[in-house]
Amino acid sequence: MSMIKAHHLAVSYGHGEAALKVVKDVSFEVQKGETFGLVGESGCGKSTILGALAGRNKQWTGTLEIDGEEIGQKRTRSQLAKQQLVFQDPFGSIHPRHTIGRTLLEPLEIHGKDRRQERIEKVLTDVGLPLNFRYRYPHQLSGGQRQRVAIARALILEPKILLLDEPTSALDVSIQAEILNLLKDLREREQLTYILVSHDLAVVAHLCDRVAIMQSGGFVEVATRQQLLENTVEHPYTRILMDGSRGYVSERRKSDSAALPA
Amino acid sequence: MAKSGTFSNLHDWLISEEFTSARQARLHSIYLAWLSLLANPLAFAGFAVVFLLVVVAALAPVIAFHDPFTQDFAIALQAPSSVHWFGTDEFGRDVFSRLIYGARTTLYITILVTVIVAPIGFVIGATAGYLGGWVDVVLMRITDIFLSFPSLVLALAFSAALGPGIENAVIAIALTVWPPIARLARAETLTFRHADFVIAAELQGAGTGRILLRHIVPLCAPSIIVRLTLNMSSIILTAAGLGFLGLGAQPPMAEWGAMAASGRQYLLDAWWLTTVPGIAILTVSLAFNLLGDGLRDIMDPRNG
Repeated sequence: MSMIKAHHLAVSYGHGEAALKVVKDVSFEVQKGETFGLVGESGCGKSTILGALAGRNKQWTGTLEIDGEEIGQKRTRSQLAKQQLVFQDPFGSIHPRHTIGRTLLEPLEIHGKDRRQERIEKVLTDVGLPLNFRYRYPHQLSGGQRQRVAIARALILEPKILLLDEPTSALDVSIQAEILNLLKDLREREQLTYILVSHDLAVVAHLCDRVAIMQSGGFVEVATRQQLLENTVEHPYTRILMDGSRGYVSERRKSDSAALPA
Repeated sequence: MAKSGTFSNLHDWLISEEFTSARQARLHSIYLAWLSLLANPLAFAGFAVVFLLVVVAALAPVIAFHDPFTQDFAIALQAPSSVHWFGTDEFGRDVFSRLIYGARTTLYITILVTVIVAPIGFVIGATAGYLGGWVDVVLMRITDIFLSFPSLVLALAFSAALGPGIENAVIAIALTVWPPIARLARAETLTFRHADFVIAAELQGAGTGRILLRHIVPLCAPSIIVRLTLNMSSIILTAAGLGFLGLGAQPPMAEWGAMAASGRQYLLDAWWLTTVPGIAILTVSLAFNLLGDGLRDIMDPRNG
């Protein structure tokens, strides 16, 4: 069963003459429980696609289907709760003057949920934070802890989909692995569907089943994780990205990898 | 410093960041603000004077041992003495008692103006900043119109139109004070408008009212409180100016500006009639300014 269906999705910014089409006609489907990656260089439109899926960017055309329901430009509360966004910067995504408990209570109040304290305790446990953290302010937390809070806030409405906008790029390398493993556990436990935006192919290969490689607003290729790991991607642009993500590689090894069968 | 057991326990509990309840987290931030107020002698002096003003106004009937309204021409225009600390005025009323009761009027005006102005300024400014577009244009041009008048002249025109009296003076002053607050609220709102945490709230379905009240207010509050505190001195001065011109508090009500005005005729013979209320106005305005500066250091680290 497919959780997300995008058909001829195009997203633009600005109005009239000055309108800028950032995403040009992309189509994809994401199955339930799958993790779909979007990679590409800065400005290629990957975060814009995420914004359109989250409901942040309302200037899109084409058809969008989430959890079997066609979505319009305006969404109802329950449609908004189906997918939640996790932001790149954990320092800017949590209200600096709200305690963590207040931050987590807010969505429950908006959606009129019951058993609020119970839900807050559950979600804090789920993301591996001690319960007394709910009385703390964000400035008392480290970057990794804040990103756990951001994930907890996204999870508290029990969404089906998490939209991850470079969730680890602002973090320390050692913390990055922790957050990625947390995301992996959560996906299995809560049967979540992920869309992960990243420019780090190592992160993508760790988490994603399929990856769309983007260049200037369109998909150049949709590769499977197997293809990434075995380095059997087809498009030359994907190869350039893969070489780039490997960092410095000596000339000999480069020629070795190029010699692999395509 | 040797502190007694319970006090140091309380101090430790308040200073600890291992919160066990939401109340402790809130008290902790209040306590930290209090400590930094204590560490700033000028701000603390301002706070002490304002606190004293509130106490004096609240306990006016107890402190003032003469009736501020009883006239006795036998003792008119007496110089300060042990009986009448600040002398008597042209009707033989005790200036000290009138000064004490005048604190009530002053406080009444400042508090009332602040209470009217803060929500109006915030709602107009934050709505303009958050919604943007034509709402922003309309609201800000209205603000500009009010800003383009000199405030005392505008207050003068309004209290002349509405008729003299303290309530009308409050309305007239409020009309001149809200535009800068609206401007400030708009500027603050614009800086947070596209913050990730506001977008996160929008994507969870929060409405405009909730975002303004729950997310924008706590962030704008420090700078607006600082601005209002600094404004209080100019409110006091405008009120005194209106009183001086005869458009504020009406006799026999005790009001510092009106007291200074009525003493003007006797300035050469009875200096205390103008000097004492003048010093009171000066002291309280200065205190509000010092407190405002201190609050800015405490609540708004950007302007440190």
